[in-house]
Parts: sequence; C-alpha cells; structure tokens
Amino acid sequence: MPSVTRLLDGPAVTQTLVRMAGEVVERCGTEGLVLVGIQRRGVELANRLARLIEQVEPSSNIPLGKLDITLYRDDLSTIGPRPRVGETSIPVELEGRTVVLVDDVLYTGRTVRAALDELADFGRPRRILLAVLVDRGGRELPVQPDLVGISVATTLDDRVDVAVRELDGKDLVELVSGAPL
Amino acid sequence: MSQRAGGPVGPQPPALGKDLVGLEELSAEQIRLILDTAEPFKEVSERAIKKVPALRGKTIVNLFFEASTRTRISFEFAEKRLSADTVNVSSSGSSVSKGETLVDTARNLEAMRIDMVVIRHPSSGAAQFLASRIRSNVINAGDGKHEHPTQGLLDLLTLRDKFGRIEGLKVAICGDVLHSRVARSNLWGLLKLGAQVAFCGPATLIPREFAQLGVHMIPRIEDAIAWADALNVLRLQLERMEAGFIPSLREYNRVFGVTRDRLQRAPKELVILHPGPMNRGVEIDSDVADGPHSVILPQVTNGVAVRMAVLYLLAGGGPEWRSPAPGSRPQGTADE
Repeated sequence: MPSVTRLLDGPAVTQTLVRMAGEVVERCGTEGLVLVGIQRRGVELANRLARLIEQVEPSSNIPLGKLDITLYRDDLSTIGPRPRVGETSIPVELEGRTVVLVDDVLYTGRTVRAALDELADFGRPRRILLAVLVDRGGRELPVQPDLVGISVATTLDDRVDVAVRELDGKDLVELVSGAPL
Repeated sequence: MSQRAGGPVGPQPPALGKDLVGLEELSAEQIRLILDTAEPFKEVSERAIKKVPALRGKTIVNLFFEASTRTRISFEFAEKRLSADTVNVSSSGSSVSKGETLVDTARNLEAMRIDMVVIRHPSSGAAQFLASRIRSNVINAGDGKHEHPTQGLLDLLTLRDKFGRIEGLKVAICGDVLHSRVARSNLWGLLKLGAQVAFCGPATLIPREFAQLGVHMIPRIEDAIAWADALNVLRLQLERMEAGFIPSLREYNRVFGVTRDRLQRAPKELVILHPGPMNRGVEIDSDVADGPHSVILPQVTNGVAVRMAVLYLLAGGGPEWRSPAPGSRPQGTADE
C-alpha cells in the first residue's frame, strides 16, 4: 500500500518560497535578473518567486520566461504517451543576464539538461542558476541545484507530488512511497 | 513526467499511427491534436536560432514526383528546424527517369536506413500504396486528385487563427474542385471539425456526388460570397485538364473570378485563402490576393508549423514499428 507523507503544506510552501526569493536577491541581486520556469509547475513557481523578489526589492521588475523542454528531450522514440508541447517564451535577450531556472522537483537531472540546451539556443547568459522547490536526489547526470526549498531522500519506488494553487487549487508537497509512476 | 502529478491527469492524447495519408482517415480528435501541436512550433520559427533537436538523428527523404516549390521547401524547413537529416529526390535526375518503380525506389531508400518518406506523386493513392509496403513513416504531400493533408491542416490552422474556431464556420471552396486534392483534404477536415462546406464553380469542375456528404452546391460565385465566412479559392489546374472544362480563362475570370467588386457587395468581410500557386487574373484578382482580407501568406507560415507538428507526432508515435531502445526505462519514468 502506498503511504503518503506531507512534506510541505500551503503556508510552508509560501514560507519556503519567501526564503528562496531572499536567497536569489542575496546571491544575484536584481540587476539583469530573469526568472525562467520549466513548464508547467516551474512556471507558476517562477512567477511567484518573481513577485516575492519584487517585494524584497520594490524598485525591481523581474522578467519572466517559460520553457517547455519537450522538444529537447532525449527519449522521443521511446516515450509512450505523446505529450502536448507547451508554450516557450523568453521575453528578453539573455545576453549578459543572470538566469534563474526554476522547477518544482529535481530528480534525474534530465529535464535540467534539456532546459540548459534550450536556453543556449536563445542566447548566452552571464550565468545560470538552478532553483528547485524539492531536491529528491537520484541524479543520473552531473547536475546540482543552487537554491533548494527542501531536500528529501527518496528511492525509485517513491514519487514526489507537487501541487500549486494556480493549477491545482492548493499548495502542497507530498512524498508518496511505494507508488512510482 | 513522474513528478508532475498532483493535478488532474488529462486523457492521453490519441496517436496518429504510422502514416499521414489523408484527413479522411483521421478523427476530429487527431486533427485537433495536430493543430494544437502546431501552435508551439510557430514560436520556434520566430527564434533567432530556428532549430530544436526533437528529430535529431532521423533521416527523411522528400520524394517528389511532381513539380512543387512551396510544399517541398515548407517540408524541408520543417524537417531542418526539427534537426532531421533530409535528402531530396525528384523524378527527373533520378533512377525514376530510367523506369524504376515507386516501390523499388522506396525499398532502395529504406535499405539505406531512412525513417520517413514525404511523397508527392501524380497518381491518386500513391501515398497509401507506399505506406502499406514500407516500414518508414509515410507522409502524403499530395497524391493526384486524392488528398494533400498538410495543406488541409494548414488551411484549418489559418482559419482557426482568424476566427478562433472551426465549428459552425461557413467555408466555400471555389473553382476547380474536380482536379483538387486540396479541396478534398479541406472538405474532410472542415466537416470533421464541424464546419459547413460549399462548393462553387463551373458545373464541369464540381463533382456532384459530394452533395451526399452534406456539401452545399452553390453555382454562382456571388451567392457563395454572400453565404460564406471564408473563401478557399482553388487554383485552376490547367496542367491536369484535358480540353473542354471551361471555354476560356478570360470567361472563367468574368464568371467565377474572385474580384474586389464582388467582395465589396458581400454582406460581411470574408477571409480569403488560396493554396498557391496563384493564377492572378484568372481565379483571383491581384487586389484581392494582396488585399487586407487575404491570409495567403499566413497560410504559408502556418504550413511550416503544421508540417513540424506532423513530423514530430509521427516520429514519436507508431510503437508497433519501433521497439524501445535496449536498457531504456519504462514509459513515463525517463524524465524528472
């Protein structure tokens, strides 16, 4: 039987994002900063981080990009369900900017690999940082996050479910054991 | 996407199967999947680097047994923007001119380990014939008078861009329906997505049997213009006509030509499509073709996006023809 452990509830998600927003400002400032969310929940999280950063630095206006990495995946011939390709939009030139790439969960690192490839096709940022709400370990590529909401040790049989209120009606992070997708 | 749970899991999008031979064989859901998939591909063509790696390592042969500029170049751009490797074969300058059969040509290409064939052929049914005989994906780029599915799809996408919907639209397909694969693909696509379709043209060029499918037959162009939300003006296919279909090009223009005068008398503004290449001054006048209601160039832009979507969906589908790579993880877990 799968067992469910609540890792973050609604207020804890907000608290975590507030802390991460502070860390972004501390590490990068807001000059030339652009947040890029990975579709779909990364986009909502990036949007929220951007608004929180603007509260920390009221004079700032943080541009927000969206990345759908479907076309950059390395497993097109082997995936079963054909995913709908989502929107990609990078509203500013990346040349010389600091990009904070935002996703909900970091696991194998393959999505991040694809996202880095895709970003490179839009220009050459000064640097790219990776911010994730949950780092669940299990990397298959040499990818590390720079900003982490929470870290949790997991096995192959676990699943980490992230809900965000914009898409799911509530903020929630749960660890589901014994129920891999 | 094992970590994207938490939200409602949508229904799995339908597969396209191995080939795209015509819109007649597709369901409304499959047509919508292609149109929806084409949307994000529009953006790829607007980037500074117009390329994504989705079809990297795939080899595609464009097998053109008939003259084509727009379709061939559009397919080639679509393939290259998806990072596929492409080879163009035309009937002149290849072994086809030495009498090699279609199947032999295709089998020889397949022996070189290709993944997809895009075929344009003067014979109706050539694409289906090939599709059932080779393992590669086959995409029909126009076969005789049968279908030209990617043209039908790009017309649907252009109409949807303009009106926001296809359902309930009134579309008049005007001119040489008899010789037109574009008309047939449009007809199937429009009917499946819930549009109303009318044919308008000289009686010699309008197959009456289509009335059984619910197509309105409107003999006069003035009446078609009064009825329709959009006109798809077909090219008069002079090269396919034996003598006797129309008295003269000048008379055709006088009776059936889409002219500014005729459009100005319409009760509402019409959207004008044309699959190209245009016979200016015959089926369409220049001031209409270049006018504000013409979406002829957006059609061409959408053509690349639609073809990218078809190539992408066919490459990702067809599990009965492709076994997973050894050592690959089970479905849905290969990603974060």
